[in-house]
Amino acid sequence: MARISWGLLHRLGGMLIVLALVVTVVFIIVRVTPGDPAAVMLGSDATPEDIAQLRSRMGLDAPLIVQYGQFVGGILRGDLGQSIFLNHPVTQALAARAEPTFFLTLFSILIAVAIALPVGVLSAVRRGTLFDQIVVTLTMVAASVPSFWLGLMLIQVFAVGTGWFPASGYGGPDTPFLERLHHLVLPAVALGVVNSALITRFTRAAMLDVLGEDYVRTARAKGANERRVILKHALKNALIPIITVIGLSVAMLVAGAVVTETVFGLPGVGNLVVSAVLRRDYPVIQGTLLVVAAIYVLINFIVDMLYILVDPRVRL
Amino acid sequence: MIAASTTMPVVAGLRRLFRNRAILLGAIVLALVVLAAILAPLIAPYAPNKLSIVNKLKGPSLTHLFGTDEFGRDIFSRAIYAGRISLLVSLGVVFISTVLGVIMGVAAGYFRQLDAPISRLLDAMMSFPDILLAIALVAALGPSLATVIIALGITYAPRLARIVRGSTLVLRELPYIEAAVAMGLPTWQVLMRHVLLNLASPILVQATFVFASAMLAEASLSFLGVGVSSDMPTWGTMLASGREFMNNAPWLMIFPGLAIVLSVLSLQLLGDGLRDLVDPRLAKES
Repeated sequence: MARISWGLLHRLGGMLIVLALVVTVVFIIVRVTPGDPAAVMLGSDATPEDIAQLRSRMGLDAPLIVQYGQFVGGILRGDLGQSIFLNHPVTQALAARAEPTFFLTLFSILIAVAIALPVGVLSAVRRGTLFDQIVVTLTMVAASVPSFWLGLMLIQVFAVGTGWFPASGYGGPDTPFLERLHHLVLPAVALGVVNSALITRFTRAAMLDVLGEDYVRTARAKGANERRVILKHALKNALIPIITVIGLSVAMLVAGAVVTETVFGLPGVGNLVVSAVLRRDYPVIQGTLLVVAAIYVLINFIVDMLYILVDPRVRL
Repeated sequence: MIAASTTMPVVAGLRRLFRNRAILLGAIVLALVVLAAILAPLIAPYAPNKLSIVNKLKGPSLTHLFGTDEFGRDIFSRAIYAGRISLLVSLGVVFISTVLGVIMGVAAGYFRQLDAPISRLLDAMMSFPDILLAIALVAALGPSLATVIIALGITYAPRLARIVRGSTLVLRELPYIEAAVAMGLPTWQVLMRHVLLNLASPILVQATFVFASAMLAEASLSFLGVGVSSDMPTWGTMLASGREFMNNAPWLMIFPGLAIVLSVLSLQLLGDGLRDLVDPRLAKES
């Protein structure tokens, strides 16, 4: 127990160091802008007074080390700054856009796992068969398709063609929840299918690894039925790499969501950051980067914790 | 005689390389894409920016193989020219990420005191989703062809650095490196002659995958309007400008998209094949 607690503290410390570096990287990115960010944001029509006012509002007139201190202090208080164009706090802008992105990411990962686990396991069990070859080929093709392009093709077929699903939008706060989810079907399928490729390949490889192990042979020799051998003996032991890749693919899903939201006109965090880039709204860009990276670091930490549940041999 | 004996290992190596079907297929498709891009002025039937309003939004036909866009420009010609910029951007990204990745990876893997700080920095960099980090960097540096290449190069450098670090950690403990150090060879010579040369294979494999990712990322950035200028035909900008006419002229979306899929697929095949060749343990599994 003591070893677990020490291990846990060690991991927690590591996570905090990475988070601190994430904060620093985000701070640096906005400051590498050639010239004056305030002047860039306001465009060529701005007067020197306007620029000076924005510089002071963004805290850019203070020495770099003071700016860093203010930036970190703000984050610790839950203050990510003020959006220049929306004219309200970045946290508020992010909170207002979180729902579509959260459900899009969640459904995409569910679709990806629902495809990848059975297909990957079956492909490994039937290694070398026609089914396996088709799976290997299809995953290779799926990994080469830009998710936004697949989204556009799905719109052509299932929104413009059959009219089964809406081509864009999410509905307002008064729209019933199920109606809003209906808007997410095509984007979630586009993202989920592309991301299932990687998880399928990892599942297949992890299963092939464990299917050759002695304990699988022993289970078969004992006369355990094949279903039990595959699900209880093999899959359970292959879960660690599979969980790792599912955790990693969350970052890919968020990256995919940025583009997919734009294709489907979803008012999510991705859409927010793209419009912030076009308007040079640096506080929104830096706030979004920070929150998304922090979520990713947390998910990886949780994945580490899941290892103990899945495999009692793993010690933290 | 001497010439024959020196070329033999090369021929044997190439034969071994192309015995792998994935490498062969990937190399052929990629070679076709690269050749089409290099020979664009000879292959393209029209100039990429030649306007012909009377021919606007025409479907695929014998005169316009992939159809025309809203200005009557030939999609086939534009797609071939677009390949030049898409490939150029991806090559630039591979170069920058390889240089940065090798410096960080070798430093972390070879010098123990640098390992922890560099590894934590790589962890932090890899916490950002690639597109998000790239668009933030493009926003900071200002959108242009060069900044897209730099931004994506920085974004993918940690992927190479991780692989290089891992391989360097293994190499560092090998007897011939220890021998080189014991012989008093200066550190930079040990690194250049013995470490870097032996890192070539893992770097080549990873660089192929970075090439593929960069191609997808460039298309995404251009599609979002935060990448290269929309006047410059890349497969991404072609998709972005064709989107408006998607319902009436789906060919505007289909062909540039297929060009991306085909190129990325060839790189993935090549990367997979090379990895199997470098690590035969993996080849047995696939």
